[in-house]
Amino acid sequence: MKVLVPVKRVIDYNVKVRVKADQSGVDLANVKMSMNPFDEISVEQAIRMKEAGQVEEIVVVSIGVTKNQETLRTALAMGADRAILVEATDNAENDIEPLAVAKILKGIVEEEQPGLVLLGKQAIDNDANATGQMLSALLGWSQATFASKVEIEGDKATVTREVDGGLQVIKVNMPAIVTVDLRLNEPRYASLPNIMKAKKKPMDTKTPADYGVDVTPRLVTVKVTEPPARQAGVIVGSVEELVDKLKNEAGVI
Amino acid sequence: MAVLILADHDNETLNDQTAKSVTAAKAMGGDIHILCAGSGCSGVAAQAAKLDGVAKVLCASDDAYGHDLAEPLADLIVSLAGDYEHLVGGATTTGKNVMPRVAALLDTNMISDISAVESPDTFERPIYAGNAMAVVKCGDPKKVITVRGASFDATGEGGSAAVEEIAAVANPGLSEWVEDKVISSDRPELTSAKIVISGGRGMGSKENFEIIDKVADKLGAAVGASRAAVDSGYAPNDYQVGQTGKVVAPDLYIAVGISGAIQHLAGMKDSKVIVAINKDEEAPIFQVADYGLVADLFDAVPKLEAAL
Ligand SMILES: Cc1cc2nc3c(=O)[nH]c(=O)nc-3n(C[C@H](O)[C@H](O)[C@H](O)COP(=O)(O)OP(=O)(O)OC[C@H]3O[C@@H](n4cnc5c(N)ncnc54)[C@H](O)[C@@H]3O)c2cc1C
Ligand SMILES: Cc1cc2nc3c(=O)[nH]c(=O)nc-3n(C[C@H](O)[C@H](O)[C@H](O)COP(=O)(O)OP(=O)(O)OC[C@H]3O[C@@H](n4cnc5c(N)ncnc54)[C@H](O)[C@@H]3O)c2cc1C
Repeated sequence: MKVLVPVKRVIDYNVKVRVKADQSGVDLANVKMSMNPFDEISVEQAIRMKEAGQVEEIVVVSIGVTKNQETLRTALAMGADRAILVEATDNAENDIEPLAVAKILKGIVEEEQPGLVLLGKQAIDNDANATGQMLSALLGWSQATFASKVEIEGDKATVTREVDGGLQVIKVNMPAIVTVDLRLNEPRYASLPNIMKAKKKPMDTKTPADYGVDVTPRLVTVKVTEPPARQAGVIVGSVEELVDKLKNEAGVI
Repeated sequence: MAVLILADHDNETLNDQTAKSVTAAKAMGGDIHILCAGSGCSGVAAQAAKLDGVAKVLCASDDAYGHDLAEPLADLIVSLAGDYEHLVGGATTTGKNVMPRVAALLDTNMISDISAVESPDTFERPIYAGNAMAVVKCGDPKKVITVRGASFDATGEGGSAAVEEIAAVANPGLSEWVEDKVISSDRPELTSAKIVISGGRGMGSKENFEIIDKVADKLGAAVGASRAAVDSGYAPNDYQVGQTGKVVAPDLYIAVGISGAIQHLAGMKDSKVIVAINKDEEAPIFQVADYGLVADLFDAVPKLEAAL
């Protein structure tokens, strides 16, 4: 089986984001960018399935700017076999909407015919939590979101999902779309020799037009602002003082 | 045009999120209808009919809808979509699972996790773990939305909407439910509790978490956790508060042994009063806390329990 893993290049999760003064968005100039943490988890999952003999080839894809090559090289260094870069914009601040990403991914799925697509449950920049579900709808495939365990047997996959009430186990038909949650695995770091080897692995470059997709945004961003800041309060000296303040000052207990 | 809200429920009880989605829907304009899809869920439909401002409840009771599977639910909503401009779900694991699928089937974008309705086509939503607020305008004829419960008050009762039974649509049969692993508890639900007390990595073990449970029981509070505490196995996954867990905004949030990473703050910084108990006076959690106590939690938490 072939597995397709879409990986997004996002602002590193340790970076404190700054909103631009003209309220047009978030400042991405000279900011550290990394692979979306959830996508490291999906790449890891694909590699483990390959190591277990369930998968023959892992194809990673990223949609965005030329620099997304770095993200793809990271995935190749972890253990993916081949990469596809879809150059959709020349400005990293023009994020591509999930619907457009899903349409491009659909085109790639039709060409590559994977048996499984593993996506992150959400990208930590726009927090949309939508792309996998949309891709699944466009393909008419089954979907298993927020996965913390994935087991494939023949033409079915049993997936444990992290839901609000606890865990839900479902069985889905293959081919399937699975979006991964934090507890699925702990991603490996790429070793130096593997980083060197990754430079020689194949990477194709495509454009949205190759898949007949128009990436013009449908949603207009009216403005982006800072949320109201919270003021630090007081440090209390003892548990008794804390309880007194909660009762008599804040009135919350 | 009207608004259709997908009810969040467990086939018996309507989840508070639905009443919060109704509050958001009132600002979108038009009649508000609620869809209760489930298995043997007529009781839920009756509860939804009582919500103030609801004009009609559609009840689709069928085994296919009993476990919130995304594919049949999305097909049902799409079959009804013609009559509605806004299709609304909660930003719960059910809404997040189903609504983007609906959006793609209707060829429209997803407007995820809204925190305010500025006008019927313009919405505010947090991005970058709530470190920025984006206002987005959607020109598409259909708007598919999930609503962040922590940002809206629940609509009260007082309505008496008609309940209309509707038939199921064909089930695509792509997936099947196997089992739920739910730990039932008498404590209030994390996302609707007035008081939440959460433990972090500082708790050190699953057993130690019991001192948090005891305070929760005295206060009638829900219990939460940081990602580090969940990853370490101290607390179950559904306790996780944060950017990639649950978003809460109780009257009182008590963070115990939690450092205050931005991903955690994203899930609780809209709480009315925040208390932090941490032995490290430099911990970033103190920057958002109304009341900070620099102390060893194993000393402070039992004392807190005794003082309540
Ligand atoms: C200020 C601002 C506000 C915005 N507001 C909205 C809005 O309200 N609604 C909206 O729909 N869009 C909005 N956009 C566009 C938004 O950036 C895209 O929706 C977003 O990039 C895709 O959503 P996500 O990355 O959160 O995807 P998610 O659905 O959260 O991503 C899940 C997974 O999909 C895959 N994936 C996603 N993108 C890519 C990619 N480019 N390449 C490869 N794999 C990928 C990854 O596996 C990822 O883990 C906004 C953009 C900006 C700049
Ligand atoms: C993609 C991604 C998503 C994430 N999503 C989330 C999320 O949704 N929610 C979330 O919480 N995190 C999330 N995180 C993780 C986040 O970055 C932090 O790692 C996490 O919140 C840290 O948890 P913590 O505060 O419990 O642990 P730590 O940062 O290790 O802090 C432990 C604290 O306990 C204190 N302490 C230790 N012992 C004692 C004692 N005896 N008495 C008093 N205090 C003590 C220490 O001083 C310290 O401040 C995410 C990370 C990533 C990369």
